[in-house]
Amino acid sequence: THTPSETACSIRSCGELEPNPATRGEGTHPGRDASPSQACQRTPERSSVHARNTFKVTMVPGDGVGPELMRAVREVFKAADVPVEFEEIHISEVHNMASEEKLDQLFTSVRNNGVAIKGKINNPMAYKGDLASYEMKLRRKLDLFANVVHVTSLPGYSTRHNSLDLVIIREQTEGEYSSLEHESVKGVIESLKIITREKSHRIAKFAFDYATKKGRSKVTAVHKANIMKLGDGLFLQSCAEVAKLYPKIKFENIIIDNCCMQLVRNPYQFDVLVMPNLYGNIIDNLAAGLVGGAGVVPGESYSDEYAVFETGARHPFAQAVGRNIANPTAMLLSAANMLRHLNLDYHSNMVSEAVKRVIKQGKVRTKDLGGYCTTEDFVRAVVNNLGHQSVY
Amino acid sequence: MQKSSMSSCCESLYSSIEIVFYYGRLVLLLLDPKVAGSTLTSGCSTLDCVFQPPPAKYGGQHTVTLIPGDGIGPELLNHVREVFRFSCVPVDFEVVNVNSSRADEDDINNAITAIRRNGVALKGNIETNHTMPPSFKSRNNLMRTSLDLYANMMHCQSLPGVQTRHKNIDIIIIRENTEGEYSSLEHESVSGVVESLKIITRLNSLRIADYAFRLAREKGRRRVTAVHKANIMKLGDGLFLQCCREVASGYPDITFDSMIVDNTTMQLVCKPQQFDVMVMPNLYGNVVSNVCAGLVGGPGLVPGANYGRDYAMFETATRNTGKSIANKNIANPTAMLLASCLLLDHLKLHEYATTIRNAILTTMNETRLHTPDIGGQGTTSEVVQSIMNIIQKTGPRTVAYY
Repeated sequence: THTPSETACSIRSCGELEPNPATRGEGTHPGRDASPSQACQRTPERSSVHARNTFKVTMVPGDGVGPELMRAVREVFKAADVPVEFEEIHISEVHNMASEEKLDQLFTSVRNNGVAIKGKINNPMAYKGDLASYEMKLRRKLDLFANVVHVTSLPGYSTRHNSLDLVIIREQTEGEYSSLEHESVKGVIESLKIITREKSHRIAKFAFDYATKKGRSKVTAVHKANIMKLGDGLFLQSCAEVAKLYPKIKFENIIIDNCCMQLVRNPYQFDVLVMPNLYGNIIDNLAAGLVGGAGVVPGESYSDEYAVFETGARHPFAQAVGRNIANPTAMLLSAANMLRHLNLDYHSNMVSEAVKRVIKQGKVRTKDLGGYCTTEDFVRAVVNNLGHQSVY
Repeated sequence: MQKSSMSSCCESLYSSIEIVFYYGRLVLLLLDPKVAGSTLTSGCSTLDCVFQPPPAKYGGQHTVTLIPGDGIGPELLNHVREVFRFSCVPVDFEVVNVNSSRADEDDINNAITAIRRNGVALKGNIETNHTMPPSFKSRNNLMRTSLDLYANMMHCQSLPGVQTRHKNIDIIIIRENTEGEYSSLEHESVSGVVESLKIITRLNSLRIADYAFRLAREKGRRRVTAVHKANIMKLGDGLFLQCCREVASGYPDITFDSMIVDNTTMQLVCKPQQFDVMVMPNLYGNVVSNVCAGLVGGPGLVPGANYGRDYAMFETATRNTGKSIANKNIANPTAMLLASCLLLDHLKLHEYATTIRNAILTTMNETRLHTPDIGGQGTTSEVVQSIMNIIQKTGPRTVAYY
């Protein structure tokens, strides 16, 4: 039961979406809401939320369909009156919009906001004198060491394996992605894969902490220690050391090749998987394929300080640009996860449930899920399913 | 003799090799704990060594172990969670229950491991059943010694809104937390004769004295007083006092004096304003901290913190369970909420800590909201509600769900 005055009042206090950095400062800066909003916050409203001040989030649309997906996020957030305001920074290697200054600007923004949502920054295959892509530079600069992809089947969209629920945790600052390659003798290239005890401990602890927090019962380390006895051996040993601190969580290990086979045969045997960089990249994509592909699985990356929300399988999907066919499910679910991270549980549930409802109904589906609808149709369906009384 | 007492009071966790190692590194450890620490971790490369994990902090979000304990603990900690959630504090709690009536140590070991994982804990007091056999150690004590939380710190400060006999009290009490009379070493050597061992070690005395002086300097304090009973326990307390003196010589900017414990308690109730920072062994610390808490308004007002090299645990200063007032909605939430602010300070979330602390102190000024322990008729939930209202007016961000 919303009385008009109450609702209008709550919107004035929290629901504004247009960027207005001058009055919507973060932290304890002045420029807080004046008294009328406080007066209205004291009147409790059923199944509603009052947030004072908006949360600022850095938005990096990236390449390919990234900007289209971000537009979808903005539209849904606006319709749901989510108290989040985006600080958009464009960075792209394809469009020659990448530079150290841009990276610094992005870094400053993430440092201020703590949270970012991002599309994929495409890295061209050709070598132009810099071994590290901007995607990698960003990860290293922000020290985003842990990537989490929670693969869940979407009710209503049937695949070979249904009701899947597994979490893939990937170390993403070292390993094969060290950007250390050289030609020692002509015609002989050495690529260095770096595994350190410190980072292995850190990712293993992240995996176990994640399992503890989410009430999971098993962590499996994925490795190739039978071949890389020292490198992957160290990773495995570090995981085993950390496992001792978590007596209530089962610890197992599996070799990467077998893991891939098991995942396509019987993925239900896994709960939380933790692995070094490249294996994680492969398993992320493989597992995303199990439940519907790159368009439906959300992902997130963490450092100590920052959290970056993105799609689970990171593809720019450049061939779909402007064709209005990209599936915004993954990015919308990721945005919902971001809201949960910001303590906005109410809005988070509203968005994720609307997306899931649309998929379950099965009427509006994008091409990748076997439908004929456009991105726009899908976003409109999500907005209609929010169950939120917008006052705009 | 000294060595055997050392190993007995030291944790079962440390292998004897490490204790010898500690001795070998004693001087180094005192000069620069960081250097000694790194030598220790690099010294053990086997799987069996105690691995020191990084704290559980990801994406700016901390995980903290929450041990509800008994009596009023669970309800107070629920209020802490409520306030944290309302203020958008980036802290998640991992709740670990410890059943005080269980004789086995599974629960408590579980809790200790949880603190090792997360590095930081907030806890209510766990009841110690006196009818249990002597082998049954106090869970609270076990936790402090296992995690080597050697320094107990409480800050007793007069609150403007609370009527007390003495005004302008501002005392920091540092208590050695792991040895002394709490060694749990008691035996009946001859029938009818019981010996309780009080253990004072040079290492732990130097460590606590150094902590006291460092804190004093950090907080801009002028004087450190060591409390002892060296006139009777000439060797034990004598060693403690001597260690304090040694450390004091390294801090010429801070005045050092000492006072015998019986006189201290008398002075505290006569003229508490004369004290600044106080440092003392375990049991005296227990007595003195309760006296001081009483001076500023009782157990419901003063927070306490336990620090070690690797871990920190926060609780109310006087560590009562408050069983008689449990579940009546009359317990004073101030001490536990202030303890949660100390926790936030420890996690370097100073902004949140300041906002919540100021809201608590502002609420204390309202006599109408005083709980029965400080002579009012307010309820716990009224106090918490008022605190949240003030946070809403002053804090950076709040989210409330209805």
